[in-house]
Amino acid sequence: MADLIWVYAEVVEEKIAPATLEMLSKAAEMGTAEAVLLGSAPDDAVQTLATYGASKIYHSADAVFRDYLTLPAVAALVTLIKKYQPAVMLFASSYAGRDLAASLSASLDSGAITDVGDFVLKNGSVEATIPALGGSYQNTSTLVGSGTKILLVRQKSFDAKARNQTAAVEEVAAPSDPAVRKVRVTERVTVQREGPQLEGANVIVSGGRGLKSAEHFDMLRQLAEFMGGAVGATRAVVDAGWVPYSLQIGQTGKTVKPNLYLACGISGAVQHLSGMKGSKTIVAINKDPEAPIFQFADLGIVGDVFKVVPQLIEEIKKRKGA
Amino acid sequence: MNVIICAKVIPAGSVIIEIDPATKCMVRKGVPHELDPAAACALEEGLRLAEKHGGTVTVITMGINDSTIGIRNALAMGATNAVHILDDALAGSDTLGTAKVLAAAIRKEAFDLVLCAAESSDSYSGIVPGQLARLLGLSPLTFAREIAVDGRKVTIKRQSESGYDVVEAELPALVTVTSGINEPRYPQLKGIMAAKKKEIKKYTAADLALGPDQVGASGAKEKVLSVGRPPARKAGKVVTDEGEGGKLIADFLAELKVI
Repeated sequence: MADLIWVYAEVVEEKIAPATLEMLSKAAEMGTAEAVLLGSAPDDAVQTLATYGASKIYHSADAVFRDYLTLPAVAALVTLIKKYQPAVMLFASSYAGRDLAASLSASLDSGAITDVGDFVLKNGSVEATIPALGGSYQNTSTLVGSGTKILLVRQKSFDAKARNQTAAVEEVAAPSDPAVRKVRVTERVTVQREGPQLEGANVIVSGGRGLKSAEHFDMLRQLAEFMGGAVGATRAVVDAGWVPYSLQIGQTGKTVKPNLYLACGISGAVQHLSGMKGSKTIVAINKDPEAPIFQFADLGIVGDVFKVVPQLIEEIKKRKGA
Repeated sequence: MNVIICAKVIPAGSVIIEIDPATKCMVRKGVPHELDPAAACALEEGLRLAEKHGGTVTVITMGINDSTIGIRNALAMGATNAVHILDDALAGSDTLGTAKVLAAAIRKEAFDLVLCAAESSDSYSGIVPGQLARLLGLSPLTFAREIAVDGRKVTIKRQSESGYDVVEAELPALVTVTSGINEPRYPQLKGIMAAKKKEIKKYTAADLALGPDQVGASGAKEKVLSVGRPPARKAGKVVTDEGEGGKLIADFLAELKVI
């Protein structure tokens, strides 16, 4: 079907991932949207997917999808795609999304477009808009050749829209080939999240390498608390182990669109900019006057973050009458 | 245990990468290059595994001539030998084309483990390793923050949204690493001198039996249609702190009614 768009549904922390609902809503606007749901899912998953645009759901609750990484889901997708030939298949730019889209594109010998911000169905194919190089370019790309077009979609590209609808459900068989059971998940460890969720925060105070060490993040936590905001971090800082991954903002972290983004000791690497350029107001503090972040800040202070932030905290306290 | 490292060499971090509107590709020629810091983490992990278990570490780079400096750096860090796939015909390859090139070169080696960065620091597409694993029929273990090998079993801690998963598979396997996995070593003078004598085997697309229908711009399934700039964000104000920086921010925020 020329306008059949499939969305790979992900379950994160026992809920359908927001990115899934965003992509489904967009797909339902563009054509006929259907979802593929493989593995453990909450009881209301099917209804949720329907509510956000899926007119059909391909479903399996088989343990193989939970216990073995990537290969079982790809095998199931290859079978389904060969049978139904959707025009487009959407994955979120998440861990699972990347792994599946990569393996699937090689299996089908088809291309995949990554980091998609928007797309339209056009000329029997798809035209995707990509904020390339951290958003310094806005490019469009397409995929040539026949076959399902695979897109990896950025978080928060679309709005999730609920509607009143039900969906048909097709139960799919788990792949029987023992070769899909090669990569085993033996344990799942949850690391406690600190502070309020980044996704919905109106104010984000974010730190980068300029903070010099993990302890200095306490200063940002204090500032965030005074402003009723959440704390974020760059990939470099998460990789260095100063803060947990849940705080990471950027191309491989979260995409955020707060009213205020306060970037402290962040140079503004393309990877990071990609995750926060959509912020309404950006304030940046950095020692380096050449830091790329200053090109995107509404207010930039070239200075020592260890002087400016404590002063800011004092000012806020004063104005709050605290 | 023989390890292969996918060692991408990219424009140096200080370079502002531009896209040539004529070719619609990133401008790479003549720009200073370096071993991708993310690939350096993969190489460091490979060196540690080889030090612990014995074996060789081979770096494989698909890149233009400017990549040589990055390959020499990898050899100076301690890689045993290098493979450089160098051919103008490969310009404009998309992710799948790149994966096919790397797969063809890797198939010529004997190996137990392939290590890659989870994503490169210039394009961040993050899918070439997964495509490569599929083409080579290797078990893919991704986003590793820790790797251990015990006999023929490889176990990783895989970064997840809520923490991490413990994931295992039998060798041969392909593992992608996150940048937090280690601090790559700096080449020492001894390593730099030794690197000058180490072999860099060179391949063209023809050596790998890959034609224009599979690689390069002609073989790419992904075609860039247009290259443009986004609507400009209204220019902001940059002020040097002279003791009032914090106050300036507070005033600004008060104006915006954020505080």
